[in-house]
Amino acid sequence: MTTVESRVVACAPQGPASVRRNTELSLLVFAALVPVLAYAETGLAMDGRLPAGMLGYGLGLGSFVLLAHLGVRRFAPHADPLMLPIAALLNGLGLVFIWRLDKARELHPNFPAAQNQLLWSGLGISLFIVVMARLKDYRRLQRYTYLSGFAALVLLALPAFFPVRAGDFGARIWIHLHGFSIQPGEFVKILLPVFFSGFLMVKRDALALASRRFLGLYLPRGRDLGPIVVVWALSLLILVFETDLGTSVLFFGIFVVMLYVATERTSWVLSGVLMAGLGFWAVARTEGHVRGRIEEWLHPLAAAPGAGVGQIGQALFSLGAGGALGTGLGQGHSWLIGFAAKSDFILGTIGEETGVTGVIAVLVLYGLLAERGLRTALAARDPFGKMLAVGLSAAFALQVFIVVGGVTGAIPLTGMTLPFVAQGGSSVITNWALVAVLLKISDLARRPAPGEPLQPGTQP
Amino acid sequence: MSELTLTVMRLGFLAVLWLFVIVAVQVIRSDLFGTKMTQRAATTARRGGNPTTARQSSGAAAPQQRQQAPAQPRQRRGAPTHLVITQGSLAGTTVALQGQTITLGRAHDSTIVLDDDYASSRHARIYPDQSAGSWVVEDTGSTNGTFLDDMRLTGPSPLQPGSAIRIGRTVIELRK
Repeated sequence: MTTVESRVVACAPQGPASVRRNTELSLLVFAALVPVLAYAETGLAMDGRLPAGMLGYGLGLGSFVLLAHLGVRRFAPHADPLMLPIAALLNGLGLVFIWRLDKARELHPNFPAAQNQLLWSGLGISLFIVVMARLKDYRRLQRYTYLSGFAALVLLALPAFFPVRAGDFGARIWIHLHGFSIQPGEFVKILLPVFFSGFLMVKRDALALASRRFLGLYLPRGRDLGPIVVVWALSLLILVFETDLGTSVLFFGIFVVMLYVATERTSWVLSGVLMAGLGFWAVARTEGHVRGRIEEWLHPLAAAPGAGVGQIGQALFSLGAGGALGTGLGQGHSWLIGFAAKSDFILGTIGEETGVTGVIAVLVLYGLLAERGLRTALAARDPFGKMLAVGLSAAFALQVFIVVGGVTGAIPLTGMTLPFVAQGGSSVITNWALVAVLLKISDLARRPAPGEPLQPGTQP
Repeated sequence: MSELTLTVMRLGFLAVLWLFVIVAVQVIRSDLFGTKMTQRAATTARRGGNPTTARQSSGAAAPQQRQQAPAQPRQRRGAPTHLVITQGSLAGTTVALQGQTITLGRAHDSTIVLDDDYASSRHARIYPDQSAGSWVVEDTGSTNGTFLDDMRLTGPSPLQPGSAIRIGRTVIELRK
C-alpha cells in the first residue's frame, strides 16, 4: 500500500499524500537552530561573547514551535509539512534582527522591542493552535461571508475616526488604546479572503460566462462590473481618508487576484490594473501625503535641506553597503535608518548584514510559503477552500511585495510590515492565524480519500 | 574577534540559511519538477458531461486527450491508456490515464462526474498500483456498490483491460 501512496503523491496533487509530519519536525528543528546560530553570531560580533539570554531564547523559540508542531500533529495531521517550518524560521530571524537593533545605542528613540516581539510571537502561536483546534472545518467560514465582509469594512474604516496623532507619520492606520496601538488593517488580510471567497463562489458563473468578446479579450457586461467598481471605490476611499497606499493596494489586489482565479478571465486583471492605476494617479494628484510618497520614490536621493536623504535613500544605502555577502551579523550600520528600522525597514538591516545572498534567501522563503498556499488551493477539493487558499496566499504575497518593493525603491513606499520578520504585534498574530487557516485547508485537501466522511447517495 | 573568525561566521550563516532553503525545496521537489497538472484535462472531458451534450462533447474532448497521452514518460508498452464509458449518460466519453488517481461519483469535484441516480457522491476510485504495474479499482463506501464483471467489490481489486466496472447505469472499461 505504501508504494501506491508514494506513487500517487508523485503524480497527482489530488491523490492521498503521505503524512510527512516527521519531515516537518526535522525541518522545524533546523528552522529553530538557524536563528539561534544567528543570535550567537550577532552576540559574538557585537560584544565578543555569546549573548547571555541565548539558552532562554533558544528554548523559548524551540518550545513555541514544538507546541505548534504538536498542534498540527493533533488537529491537522495531513497538512503541508513546509509552511510551519518556514514561518518559524522567518519569525526567529525577525526576533534576532530586532534584538540586534535593540542593541544599537545610536538608534533613537530606542526601546527594547525584542522581548515584546517574543511575547507577540508566543501569542501568535497560541492563536495558531487555537485556530487549529477550534476551526474543525474551514468550510463553516462560508456561513460568515457577509459578517466577515462587514467586519473587514469596520476594521478598515475605524482608524479614520480616531484622532490622528503626531507619531503616526501621516497614515491613519492605527487605533490607540491605553498606551498600545493596534493596526486593524492587518486582521483584514484574513477577513477579506473569507468574504471574497464566499461572494465569488455564488457570483462567479455570472462573472465568468456573461461576457462579450472584443479584440481577443472577453469583456465583462456593464452590470457585472458592479462588484469590482464597489471594491475599487472603497479602496480609493481608504487611500483618501487614511492616506495609506498599502492597505488600499492590498484590499484591491486581493479582490482582483481572486476574481481572476474564480473566473479565469484575463480581462479582469487588465481592467483591475487599469482602474487601480487611474485611481491612484488621480488621488496622488490631489492628496499631499500620497504625492509626497511618490516624490520620494522618484527621487530617493534628493536631500531635504539640513536633514540628509529620506528613508528610502537610507534604506538603499544600507542595501548597497551590504553588497553581495553582507557585512556580517551585528556589524552593519543600519541604525542609520533612523525611523522604523525595526518594522517597515527591517529589510534594510537584513540586506546590509547578510547581503543580497541573505535577502534572496529570505525572499525565496516567502516565495515557498506562498507557493505552498497556492499548491493547497490546487489540491483543495471544494471551490470555497480553493478560493480561500488563493486569497490568503495572495494577501501574504502582496504584502511582501508591497513592503519589499517599497524599501528597495521599486514601488512607492508604504508603511507595511514584513510578515513574521518585522516588529509589530498585530502583524505577527495575524500571520500565524493565516498560516493556521492555510494548514487546515491543506489538511483536508491532502487527507486520503477513503478516510473522508463519505456522503451516501442521495437516492437509492 | 579576529577578522578571519568573523568572515567564517558570516559566510557560515549564509551557507546554513541557504541549506535550509535547499532542504525545503527538496521536500517539495515533486511539486516543482515532477508534477504535471493532468487533472484539468480530465475536467475538460466532463465539462460537457450532462446527458444532452455528452455525445457531442466527447467527440471533441477525446482527441485532445489522446494528444496528451504520449507526453506521459514512464508509459509501459501494452499498458492501459484510457478508460471508456460504454453505457450510461456519459457513454462514449474517454478519459486518458496518466498515472493519476481517478475518482468517480456525483460530487462535482470528482474526475468523472457521474450523473447517475444510483451513484454516491464519492463512489469509487481507480488508481495505479506501482508494485504490480496494474490499475486498481476500489469502492469508497458507496451506497449501491461498485461491480467488477458483475461481482460486487468488497476491497481493492486489480483491473484487467476489457473488464467492465458498473456503477448504477454507468459501465466503464479499461482499454489499451
